[in-house]
Amino acid sequence: MALSGVEIFKLLPKTNCKKCGHPTCLAFAMKLAQRQASLDLCPDVSEEAKKVLGEASAPPIRPVTLGTGDKAVKMGEETVLFRHDKKFVHPCAFAVEVKDSMSDSEINGVVEQVLNSEIDRVGQKLRVDAIFISNASGDAGKFEGVVKAIAAKAPAVPLILSTTNPAAAEAAVKAVADKKPLLYGANESNADAMAGIAKSHKISLGVAATSLDSLTALTEKIKGLGVEDMVMDSGARTAKEMLRDNTYIRRAAVKKGNKSVGYPVISFAQRDDVMLETLIASLGITKYSSIVVLSSVERWKNLALFTLRQNIYTDPQVPLQVEQKIYKIGEPSADAPLMITSNFSLTYFIVSGEIEGSKVPVRLAVMDTEGLSVLTGWAAGKFTASKIAQFIKDSGIENEISHRELIIPGYVSILSGAIEDKLAGWKVTVGPREANGIAVFLKSR
Amino acid sequence: MAFTAPNETYSGKVYQVEAGTEKTFVIGGENVLPFHSFEGNVPNRPVIAYEVQDVPPEDWPDTVKKVYDGVSGNPVTWAKHCQDKLNAKAIALRLIGTHPDRENRSAEEAAATVKEVLAAINVPLIILGSNHIEKDTSVLVAAAEAAKGKNCFIGKALEENYKTIVAACLANNHKLIAMSQLDINLSKQLNILITQMGFDKEKLVTDPMCSALGYGLDYTYSVMERIRLAALTQNDVTMQTPMLGDIGMYAWKVKEASAPESELPIGGSLEPRGIAWETVTAGALMMAGAELLIMRHPESVKALEKFIDELM
Repeated sequence: MALSGVEIFKLLPKTNCKKCGHPTCLAFAMKLAQRQASLDLCPDVSEEAKKVLGEASAPPIRPVTLGTGDKAVKMGEETVLFRHDKKFVHPCAFAVEVKDSMSDSEINGVVEQVLNSEIDRVGQKLRVDAIFISNASGDAGKFEGVVKAIAAKAPAVPLILSTTNPAAAEAAVKAVADKKPLLYGANESNADAMAGIAKSHKISLGVAATSLDSLTALTEKIKGLGVEDMVMDSGARTAKEMLRDNTYIRRAAVKKGNKSVGYPVISFAQRDDVMLETLIASLGITKYSSIVVLSSVERWKNLALFTLRQNIYTDPQVPLQVEQKIYKIGEPSADAPLMITSNFSLTYFIVSGEIEGSKVPVRLAVMDTEGLSVLTGWAAGKFTASKIAQFIKDSGIENEISHRELIIPGYVSILSGAIEDKLAGWKVTVGPREANGIAVFLKSR
Repeated sequence: MAFTAPNETYSGKVYQVEAGTEKTFVIGGENVLPFHSFEGNVPNRPVIAYEVQDVPPEDWPDTVKKVYDGVSGNPVTWAKHCQDKLNAKAIALRLIGTHPDRENRSAEEAAATVKEVLAAINVPLIILGSNHIEKDTSVLVAAAEAAKGKNCFIGKALEENYKTIVAACLANNHKLIAMSQLDINLSKQLNILITQMGFDKEKLVTDPMCSALGYGLDYTYSVMERIRLAALTQNDVTMQTPMLGDIGMYAWKVKEASAPESELPIGGSLEPRGIAWETVTAGALMMAGAELLIMRHPESVKALEKFIDELM
């Protein structure tokens, strides 16, 4: 549970020595409460205060990392229930299930899909993050073989090894321990052995419970056995159970400071109906899952889920931006219209969508307004006549097109004269105020 | 150690709004966040209405247009098909053909279409204009009169044109859909303006403006979530209306729902991609509080109904 500034102050030396760089101990305590300062700055703090404050300042949901290197997946550290309060921290990971009972060619097919899943959307790299390998055969040797084969074929992809058999777990984990896989499958009957494996190989452990009560008992037991990096499955399988358990867990951890459930959550979305599976995965994205396990990773499904994850995990205070450049929509010839707008991603998407819909090939100049929309950008001095003129000159577009006409958004019609003054030889035309007028505007030219 | 369930109790509650006369539906009534039946009362499932237009869906992508081949030439056969073959629980008739940039059909023609469709179906009807500020005032007034006594949802009333539309709904005893643009304060303000005209706040549905997956969905999602939290935690009586997600029209307009695989290789097969775009847009907004959803593709509706079954 986070402490208030006054509560923290009571634990400080109250000497106002200024060694921490703050004028008073109270000022320092306030900074600590806002997590804008670190306790290390105080040279005289007592051991007791360190212990209390250390526990209180630990994030309510423990950070856990799956895999290593560039493609490692970070989880946990969430602090809120609603994205409008504060940015959700670590986008939920997608893992596709591979069963060790599948044929080699089936397994290879899925691994290929994962390796080829990366796409770029609004400047972010999005991909299927992990492979969930389950010991469906029940055969320890087979499990180890499949885990080794997948690790060899996809060396950078984080792995989740799913088995409840400690012998199978030990062999498989040993083979890929350096990749820091997640071992999933610790339950009431195998907790000691599984915790031992996780501890000796320094990897995180996935806890498979059957209720929130049994989950609490298991995480406490495993923590007592010396494993602190855990991922939790409460046993929720239906959408209703998932929503309930994920909500309870997030609230208990964030609002009540319940450390027993202060770990990332893994959810299982596999369904026979692929569209329903897509919806269950969507529920995981919106409602607090850190890993969603899928049965398949078709490209259409990936694109929808990647996009939803991006939407939910963007910072509501910082607008998504697109790169400043002149985009070609359709196949514009040298005399195709040139339009300009701001680089707020939503503006770009809507304007480019309307232009595409009109079927009129256009060059769309997207100017860096730091992610502000046209009117806000204008008001903030980011979308001004001189900046627009500079951008057009620097872009080199004059060598590419045969005309000198720039179409500006209707909301900034006031800029037309000033742009013409600054861009010698150019004519400025005022376009529609709203994007939904673009098609009619273009077609009527 | 046993887990102590951190239940929330809220002071507010969402109004329950009913539509239709023969077969009816009811939305709203819950005193918790969407599907949080573990800590409160969720008396009604969200309702999905099939979208039907007064003119053929020439501008819809093939994936969804072809589903209505043979019936979409006429709004009556189209609506009947949705009701009888697709088991629609409600029909949303969009009078898009009245838009001056489209077929520019007159208010009288629109009213005639409303009458014909109402005569052919027994599920509730949602009547939508073309979102043209001036034209909608005459079209929706005529439509409201034509549908008198049928307890329809009529919209959308905007800040710029709500007065005449509110008056028509009052006079003809309909429910009203009020739309504002992605802003919780504008939405609240419009609700207040409408109730100040004597319109019962419990007959109102709010459309905070939809946006498609990848195209502003995050804005709609958070506005809806904030409206619902204001209704429940602050017991704000001006924000306790059920919410509409006008899904199909936004989801099917984006590139991902219509570009063939050759143009968008990262998106894989077009058909399931389009359906998924509509389905995921609806599924996400439902989690934020939308409980009346207007949709187009039967496969999207089917998937969403199964999802609701699992959630209820």
